[in-house]
Amino acid sequence: MNRIQQTFERCRREGKAAYVAYLTMGAPTLAKSLAAAETLIGEGADILELGVPFSDPVADGAVIRRAADAALKNGVTLADVLAEIPALRRRHPDTPLVIFTYYNVIFSYGLKRFADEAAACGVDAVLVVDLPLEERRELLDVLRPAGLTLVPLVAPTTGPERIRASAKGLEDSFLYAVTVKGTTGQRDAMPSELVARLGAIKALVDIPVVAGFGIRTPEEGAAVAAQCDGFVIGSALVERFMRQ
Amino acid sequence: MKTHYGIYGGQYVAETLMTPLHELERAYADAKRDPAFAAEFKDILRHYVGRETPITFARRLSEHLGGARILLKREDLNHTGAHKVNNTVGQALLARRMGKRRLIAETGAGMHGVATATVAALFGLECEIYMGALDVERQAPNVERMKMLGAKVHAVEEGSATLKDAMNEAIRDWTANCDDTFYVIGTVAGPHPYPAMVRDFQSVIGREARRQCLREYGRLPDQAIACVGGGSNAMGLFAGFMRDMSVRLVGVEAGGRGLATGEHAASINGGRVGVLHGAKTYLLQTPSGQVIDTYSVSAGLDYPGVGPEHAYLADTKRAEYTVVDDAEAIAAFDALCRYEGIIPALESSHAVAEAIRRAPLLPQDAILLVNLSGRGDKDMHSVMEYRRRTAAEAK
Repeated sequence: MNRIQQTFERCRREGKAAYVAYLTMGAPTLAKSLAAAETLIGEGADILELGVPFSDPVADGAVIRRAADAALKNGVTLADVLAEIPALRRRHPDTPLVIFTYYNVIFSYGLKRFADEAAACGVDAVLVVDLPLEERRELLDVLRPAGLTLVPLVAPTTGPERIRASAKGLEDSFLYAVTVKGTTGQRDAMPSELVARLGAIKALVDIPVVAGFGIRTPEEGAAVAAQCDGFVIGSALVERFMRQ
Repeated sequence: MKTHYGIYGGQYVAETLMTPLHELERAYADAKRDPAFAAEFKDILRHYVGRETPITFARRLSEHLGGARILLKREDLNHTGAHKVNNTVGQALLARRMGKRRLIAETGAGMHGVATATVAALFGLECEIYMGALDVERQAPNVERMKMLGAKVHAVEEGSATLKDAMNEAIRDWTANCDDTFYVIGTVAGPHPYPAMVRDFQSVIGREARRQCLREYGRLPDQAIACVGGGSNAMGLFAGFMRDMSVRLVGVEAGGRGLATGEHAASINGGRVGVLHGAKTYLLQTPSGQVIDTYSVSAGLDYPGVGPEHAYLADTKRAEYTVVDDAEAIAAFDALCRYEGIIPALESSHAVAEAIRRAPLLPQDAILLVNLSGRGDKDMHSVMEYRRRTAAEAK
């Protein structure tokens, strides 16, 4: 079992939904985002998504875009983020660390170089917002030999067949269910509809399902995740740490 | 339908857009098989857009250069003043067929925005246009035209506040509103099926030009030359000659202040392979994969990527891609004004400049076919501004 599987196993035993926390690395500064990571783990975050900024974040809402802008102005690169991970990994040997970014950032770095270095640093998985099922082979071909996994996303527009196909071959990962049509930080569905939809997704796949987009607090997350395995808080955390 | 061109193209988008893209692909494949769709497209191009557009022999310019004959494919004579409308008519027909009630589009110089607002009015659809705040300033008359036609124009303040940022915002709008909204992409970029679909709608340029050349000059051109930003007018021209291996296909990228300065928009000549706006293609980017702000005197070429099929044609050498800088484009603009009485768009002036370079090196029976993709009325302000700036720098 990898760290992701162990984490969901532990949460199941403890009878709680896994809390996945997202941070844009480098916003407001790299040091502050690393301190924020420590704070969040202290507050009970089970999995960390480390956002690496991209100049054209088409899937992100205003809050995360502003953070990405700030991080880019600070000159923070994928190499800078990877360089900080060994220390984070030593302090938190059991917390899954997920690199969260857009494909060009990784592609430009060199796919194989990225996979090898990320694995050596102690990264567990990669989530690429703009890399759907049809295009992910190229990245998986380098992640797998390095011992890394990929976090697939499904959206409100994703049909049942495609949900199954997205999870296939990623038994050591978890499924990120985007809960709204739109960008990060938005919320349009009523929680009751959401809970039912998440239950339906959960029934289709054998891997843990976490819900994301528009969840602001762990309490809200736990309610939304009543019929799945976890929740993601992103924009609300980014807003909080950008203010500090 | 082919989703990639060699390693280029594909569908690098957020999962939310995959189902809408699949629906679009099916609807387009279905429309392509429907003779009624083709007939209506052709009818609108003829009676509304004003096709076919002629080819004009640039006699005085050719004689002045003393070499090959330069022929101009007159896309500037289309309704709305550029080739963009060929594509927006096609996509609006498709939107109506799919039951969408709202069109959105990105625009740089504003020509695609105007062409989209135009067909939205023609078909009675709602229309919202995303335009970089900098371009809203540079191209104020086109903003007024869009509003006049009933479109809502959003000035995008983010990033470099130009075309790529407008496209980011249009993609976000589509992600949130894909149920009732059709995204009209203006060039052969973006995720599949857009590059193929936009090429197909624009291929009327090349098919007409090929026929006209054979009919009026009894032969094919030696070279077909077009400017390349995203590359829709070039793909439209090239499509007509793709199987004519004797015809050299020449794309002209915007050199801005010169390749060496880094201030340009020449993605093929100055970029490396990357992923932006849903496609893998040549991209102007930093060593760490951040997209670079581009520069060109012509707003319509000011885009850091290029259509994926162009990337493929460049690698396979079926087409060649050259660079023309601001100064050469302006000189070609002046030449076409003075020798032919035609005010070309600054975008098209890049293609004219390449023909001016090549014509003197070729015999008089050679033919250079240039796509005059748009007219220059919109560029008065940019040209005057350019002259003011260069005069000031010369002092």
